[in-house]
Amino acid sequence: MGNKIVVKGLKKSFGKLDVLNGINIEIADGEVLCLIGPSGSGKSTFLRCLNRLEKITAGEVFVHGENIADSKIDINKMRKNIGMVFQHFNLFPHLTVIKNITLAPTELKIMDKEAAKANGLKLLKRVGLKEKADAYPSQLSGGQKQRVAIARSLAMNPDIMLFDEPTSALDPEMVGEVLDVMKTLAAEGMTMVVVTHEMGFAREVADRVIFMDDGLIVEEGTPEQIFNHPKEPRTIDFLNKVL
Amino acid sequence: MEIIDVISQHYPSFLAALSETIKMTILSLLFATILGTIVGLINISGIKLLKVIGIFYIDIIRGTPLLVQIFVIYYGVAQAFKPMGFSWNPLGGAFTAGIVALTLNAGAYMAEIVRGGIEAIDKGQMEAARSLGLPYGKSMLKIILPQAFRTMLPSIINQFIITLKDTSLISVIGIRELTYNGKIIAANATSKVMAIWLVVAIFYLIICTILSKSAKVIEKKVAYGK
Repeated sequence: MGNKIVVKGLKKSFGKLDVLNGINIEIADGEVLCLIGPSGSGKSTFLRCLNRLEKITAGEVFVHGENIADSKIDINKMRKNIGMVFQHFNLFPHLTVIKNITLAPTELKIMDKEAAKANGLKLLKRVGLKEKADAYPSQLSGGQKQRVAIARSLAMNPDIMLFDEPTSALDPEMVGEVLDVMKTLAAEGMTMVVVTHEMGFAREVADRVIFMDDGLIVEEGTPEQIFNHPKEPRTIDFLNKVL
Repeated sequence: MEIIDVISQHYPSFLAALSETIKMTILSLLFATILGTIVGLINISGIKLLKVIGIFYIDIIRGTPLLVQIFVIYYGVAQAFKPMGFSWNPLGGAFTAGIVALTLNAGAYMAEIVRGGIEAIDKGQMEAARSLGLPYGKSMLKIILPQAFRTMLPSIINQFIITLKDTSLISVIGIRELTYNGKIIAANATSKVMAIWLVVAIFYLIICTILSKSAKVIEKKVAYGK
């Protein structure tokens, strides 16, 4: 035990296009894993396989010991424990901020309305947006939207959080506020898998950094190893371009 | 003014006819909305067989005139199923047949509106809902449809107005709604034909205007975060 996520031989193709070519990885409880790599390398697809937003072509993905790739599994139940934050926030525009957060817990009968609201306000306070509870998403800045999206995921009380390029759609001055929330989460021991272009964040917060290219893990190691002493030519080449 | 003469002389029959028109409109739109939502949802689902049937239905309705559809439903169906003891009469006669025809017709167009409205919603919305653990049906009901409804609203209202005007075609199977009423009055007062048909037109114009104006109010009410 100790491993929250175990991925064995994960393959994913879209029609004839092979995106993931056999990923093997174990992610420990409380680990913060950052995925880096050029666009089209399969980072986001890999992340989306972890909660089966993408149908898994072959291989196994064990989350809490249960194989997500198995079509017989109750995927909705599994997803309650796996929060996900998207590049484009995907807040529900027809609902207020607080309703965005309380919808899933109340609809899934995890909490009654009042408890969900109290919890939602607590989460909003945590991401520094308590005063925005009754605003609509369209009234928020990008950074605020993403912080609400994080609070919405946390409302289900997940023990794994997936982040799919959470700061890529943000104006530069708003990146910091989102990363700060993520840092706090990491410090609290949340298991996190983060696809990111923020090398600074990966260096500072990650326990382990994975460099992906062509649907494979090319190199992995501590931030120190990957950023300061990369071994693979492709990693070196990539880091030269982005750093 | 001949128009005022026509109204003051014939308003009881016009009001009765107006109520027939409104009744037919409301009933067929109600059923068409339900039918259209179901068919629209089927057509975006992955259920192949049902999808084929849904698309086939829409193609048939779109590819044939409403007038022919009315004849098929009223005369055709009555004849074809007569051996099985079917008749429109115990079911409400031409009135019911007319509503069935209008429902089937408007339902097909509504199905396309619903499908288009749902497909216009960013797919990230469904992904976000599903990633929270919400099942497909709940995500559709709570997240996708409320948003889709807002984008569909202008098209829905448009279809409502079309169906309202299409009730005039039901006159051919003998329902005394606004158009048929105009025909009867005009037949007995050939010198006032222009005034009579203008009165009929004004009645349609008034209810269509009321419908589209109240739609504007609804559209404003359901807009969010503006």
